[in-house]
Amino acid sequence: MSRVEGEKVTLEISKELYERAKKWVESTSDFSSVEELIEFLLGEVLSEESGEQVYSPEEEEEIKERLRSLGYL
Amino acid sequence: MVSRPHGGRLVNRVASDSRREKILAEAAELPQIPISVEKAIEAENIARGVYSPLEGFMLSEDFESCLTRMRLASDVPWTLPVVLDVEEGSLVDISEGDEVLLTLDGSPTALMEVEEIYRYDKRRTAVSVFGTDSPEHPGVRRTLKMGDLLLGGRITLVGSVPNPYERYTLWPIETRVLFKEKGWKTVVGFQTRNAPHRGHEELQKTALAFVDGVFINPVIGRKKPGDFRDDVILEAYRALIRHYYPRDTAVLAILRYEMRYAGPREAVHHAIMRKNFGCTHFIVGRDHAGVGNFYPPYAAQEIFREFPDLGVTPLFFREFFYCRRCGGLANEKTCPHPESDRVRFSGTKIRELIERGEVPPPEVMRPEVAEVILSFEDPFVR
Ligand SMILES: [Zn+2]
Repeated sequence: MSRVEGEKVTLEISKELYERAKKWVESTSDFSSVEELIEFLLGEVLSEESGEQVYSPEEEEEIKERLRSLGYL
Repeated sequence: MVSRPHGGRLVNRVASDSRREKILAEAAELPQIPISVEKAIEAENIARGVYSPLEGFMLSEDFESCLTRMRLASDVPWTLPVVLDVEEGSLVDISEGDEVLLTLDGSPTALMEVEEIYRYDKRRTAVSVFGTDSPEHPGVRRTLKMGDLLLGGRITLVGSVPNPYERYTLWPIETRVLFKEKGWKTVVGFQTRNAPHRGHEELQKTALAFVDGVFINPVIGRKKPGDFRDDVILEAYRALIRHYYPRDTAVLAILRYEMRYAGPREAVHHAIMRKNFGCTHFIVGRDHAGVGNFYPPYAAQEIFREFPDLGVTPLFFREFFYCRRCGGLANEKTCPHPESDRVRFSGTKIRELIERGEVPPPEVMRPEVAEVILSFEDPFVR
């Protein structure tokens, strides 16, 4: 997860959801604050949205060809 | 959805065909820096995304940040320096801003944009990375022998490093496609330098009980006399997977990488590399990446507490042993019986048996694995 330092904005979310998130954050060691949790979740959703695909369909086909030829697929 | 690359983006610094041709055409005019095969392998790992988000050898800002707080300047966790050291006198006519060609045995490996040339304190580097400056530590010895200057800057790969295990070599972009094709959503990475005994198998299978696949990723690199040979390790794993793993639950591919023996810091680095290969989980056992008695047995597990943002989930295991009373493999957390009931997996003992041509007992090593190892005339590095 890349955390962009520096500029921050303030968001509003429902108090109830915030309280639940806070409780959850306190019960695990994965995140140190609700802010960190929200940043992480948003980052995940947005990167899934954009696909984060680093290869084109043609490249993917070439990769699969090599994997087949080596017996991995 | 396999794990996101470290730092968010999978690095690709391999020259396209046209760029490569252009660089090679200009090669004669570029200053050359000969590098060792280990450094050439590092360059290849950088260029092919194993070290994402690094795009080259570290600049001083990242190097300092890595030493003092185990993160890159951008705050991304990073525990081991990835640097290019050179001897002071060897840098005639090279200054910051220049492009140079890194060469292996006279052949171009990578183009480097030398963004920075800087000094560093070797002893302090060793103490930060290895937690000691004892010359008994192999990593310390190597650090103290490094060149006096470091070159930092992005690289572009134009050559490949001769590789005897091409058919077992997969790069992160390939494993990512492979895991997706297999339909694995969760993948556990397993680091090894050894032929598998039952303890290794148990680590992987305990993890496999709750993830979709295991990525067995032996490190191929410089070995010590007495270590299993690389080809023996690969064949032994093939036998183990064939006879004891359900279909489509294990992928075996090598990683060319020089062990640092930096214990805790290196365990995190190992996890980061496997995250880049697409692993969501990573196995950390006893004395991971340790050497001698330099690190407490579970220090390499404790360090992960400092990285809640690592993006790959470490799975911690106590050492497995065979317990006669339990009638199977167990560890401190699962077995209440005394030491006299337990058979420990000692690498030294296994080696002694194999040296004598004897098959280790089945509670220690699978007979099919032992058979493969014993089929080699000499399975050990001399
Ligand atoms: Zn027991």
